[in-house]
Amino acid sequence: MSSTDLKIGPHLLGIRGLSREQVEFILATAAQFVEVSERPIKRVPTLRGKTVVNLFLEASTRTRTSFEIAAKRLSADAVNIGAKDSSVTKGETLLDTVWTLQAMAPDVIVMRHPSSGAAHFIAQHLTRSAVVNAGDGLHEHPTQALLDALTIKQKLGKLTGLKIVLVGDVFRGRVARSNIFLHTLLGNEVRAVAPPTFIPPDLAQLGVKLYHDLPSALDGADVVMSLRIKTEYLQDAFIPSTDEYCRRFCITEPILAKYAPESIVLAPGPFNRGIEMSSEVVDGPRSQISKQVNYGVAVRMAVIYLLAIRQGAMNLSEHLKEHSA
Amino acid sequence: MSKKIVLIGGRVCDPGSGVDGDFDVLIEDGKVAAVEKPGAFAGLQDVDVENVAGLLVVPGLMDVHVHLREPGFEWKETVATGSAAAAAGGFTTVCCMPNTKPVNDSGQTTRYILERAREAGLADVLPIGAITKGSEGVELAPMIELFEAGCVAFSDDGLPVMDANVMRRALEYSSMLGTVLSVHEEDLNLSRGFAMNEGVTSLKLGLKGFPEAAENVMIARDIELARLTGARVHFCHVSTARGALLVKRAKEDGIKVTAEVTPHHLTLTETACEDFNTLAKVSPPLRLDEDVHALREALESGVLDCIASDHAPHDPDTKNCAFSEASNGLLGLQTNVPLLFRLVQRGDISLRRMIESATTAPARCFGIEPNRIRKGSRANIAVLDPNRKILLTKEYLCSKSKNTPFLDQEFQGIAVKTFVGGRKVYDLGVTSA
Repeated sequence: MSSTDLKIGPHLLGIRGLSREQVEFILATAAQFVEVSERPIKRVPTLRGKTVVNLFLEASTRTRTSFEIAAKRLSADAVNIGAKDSSVTKGETLLDTVWTLQAMAPDVIVMRHPSSGAAHFIAQHLTRSAVVNAGDGLHEHPTQALLDALTIKQKLGKLTGLKIVLVGDVFRGRVARSNIFLHTLLGNEVRAVAPPTFIPPDLAQLGVKLYHDLPSALDGADVVMSLRIKTEYLQDAFIPSTDEYCRRFCITEPILAKYAPESIVLAPGPFNRGIEMSSEVVDGPRSQISKQVNYGVAVRMAVIYLLAIRQGAMNLSEHLKEHSA
Repeated sequence: MSKKIVLIGGRVCDPGSGVDGDFDVLIEDGKVAAVEKPGAFAGLQDVDVENVAGLLVVPGLMDVHVHLREPGFEWKETVATGSAAAAAGGFTTVCCMPNTKPVNDSGQTTRYILERAREAGLADVLPIGAITKGSEGVELAPMIELFEAGCVAFSDDGLPVMDANVMRRALEYSSMLGTVLSVHEEDLNLSRGFAMNEGVTSLKLGLKGFPEAAENVMIARDIELARLTGARVHFCHVSTARGALLVKRAKEDGIKVTAEVTPHHLTLTETACEDFNTLAKVSPPLRLDEDVHALREALESGVLDCIASDHAPHDPDTKNCAFSEASNGLLGLQTNVPLLFRLVQRGDISLRRMIESATTAPARCFGIEPNRIRKGSRANIAVLDPNRKILLTKEYLCSKSKNTPFLDQEFQGIAVKTFVGGRKVYDLGVTSA
């Protein structure tokens, strides 16, 4: 299959809106990029002369770094802009910031923003640059769900017929939302387990099975995804305390061994040891946490690549040749 | 002294006066001088003849819930541009909410608004005063001063009085003036940070929701406070099926409550927010199909007394941003009539009820004189063409702002002529706008 058989883009704003074939195509492309990161010289000339702007208007270390490394490994010029560096702090509107950037003709704008829908909004106004949503408010974080999927695929060898359990705050989680869209699209069974404040009944309409006790939710699970519990939730009366949350919902090795012995564990990070998961799980053989970070670069390389080259038909295998430098 | 005007050939429909039939109307000295059988004024000299054959001649429409944005937000709307939008929409009488800058909590601000309205001369503007000083929900606004300056009702609109004791005192105090408190019902704790209706769409879009319970609990509270105090409460823009049910039961219990519903809550659902369409962002938010159907039934049956637009002009910058940061509200004055005709055409409400809900019903809710087409009444009259088609373009909209999700839609049925105090303030003309 050549890279132009399936059109991705012009933007990647969310998992919702992608077809199953598109997801599979992105993952297949990403799988080919995994190997680049294992080379002594981790760089291909693929996007030489292309420009990628990382516009991160909400604090982020791992995602921003991952996108930056991905762009650089493709030989694109990567520019990082944080909230403090941008004119947003001088009162400029998001639209003006984005128009200013567009005038410098970047090929791809990767944006993280604290407001849901921000990526959709700028995409409506950009005619020349592709937009990658790197997390918008509580809405979506599509590349995280894609890298989770690549991790699962690489480890379990398949991406269908799986039982996937989301543990923790689904309601306010963009990672959870993108994963729900992705795994219901792929035909996996998606379960969510948490106190009812974190999993509203309307989730069932998105095809999610809801649980309030860990053992039933984990029963026979293939993949367990741990979602972060933020301490600010205490103020909003979501939970009484993280200690109390732990009593029922902390993922521990004995529980996994008993109810989901074959399962692997993913966490988007950052995570809190001893709250969402025990250290034994984080550091244990089920944990795919460092693999996720590793595959994250490959997935972001694939996404940037597919969006940046969408105009010109180029051959991926040609692009994967060793860098001449 | 202005020239006489005679409206010839129209169907006069004035539910408040019990008139519905073919009549010619003579306007003289700002008043309705006579309403007679067709042809009765054929011999009159020195009159302007308005041929309204095939058109509906109705009392000037009344909207008890608009935002004119002046003073303080003149870049969104002014009393003059809002009055122009009213005139173009068939509305001769509008009640403007006090959330200006400063808040209309003083006789001075009330008089300022009235002066601007008089200068514009395009609509009768009846200000609504604040319930509490600065609409901060703590101390009562000077209601006597506001009333004497010309306020016809009181409201803190989008900043609902959360303290039930303050609300109780406001109801007790205002009852001596015979005025109504017009209340936007929203428990601000339950709705905190909301961007749209809470439900499966908000879940998909990752937007914080305004659960219908946030509206219903406040309707329930104020029904009990109306019962306790014997004062009159008018519920703004009821958006939920349960809210309408609560109003119905309260009326059955003999509690003095009335309610309005907006054309947008009668025609749109939360799905209008899909794709993060900020033009559909409004408070209370667009709800579900079942709510829309219940609201239509409640309007037709009279449980919901009247139509009000919540005309809320916003400049492009406050809509051209991420959904959760966008301002709430949409235009109403020029979309009310087209949307109501849409409901009539679909058989959801009767024509008679449509006219009543925008004329006598709102006046009754606020305890003020309705516009009428009968001898001696102030000549506030709208002429509607149920068949005239219009494309709702930015150019057609007289408001300073253009924020409506109905932009570029085609409608059938609009206002074509409007008279305020016997003066023609709007004429669409024969060619489409």
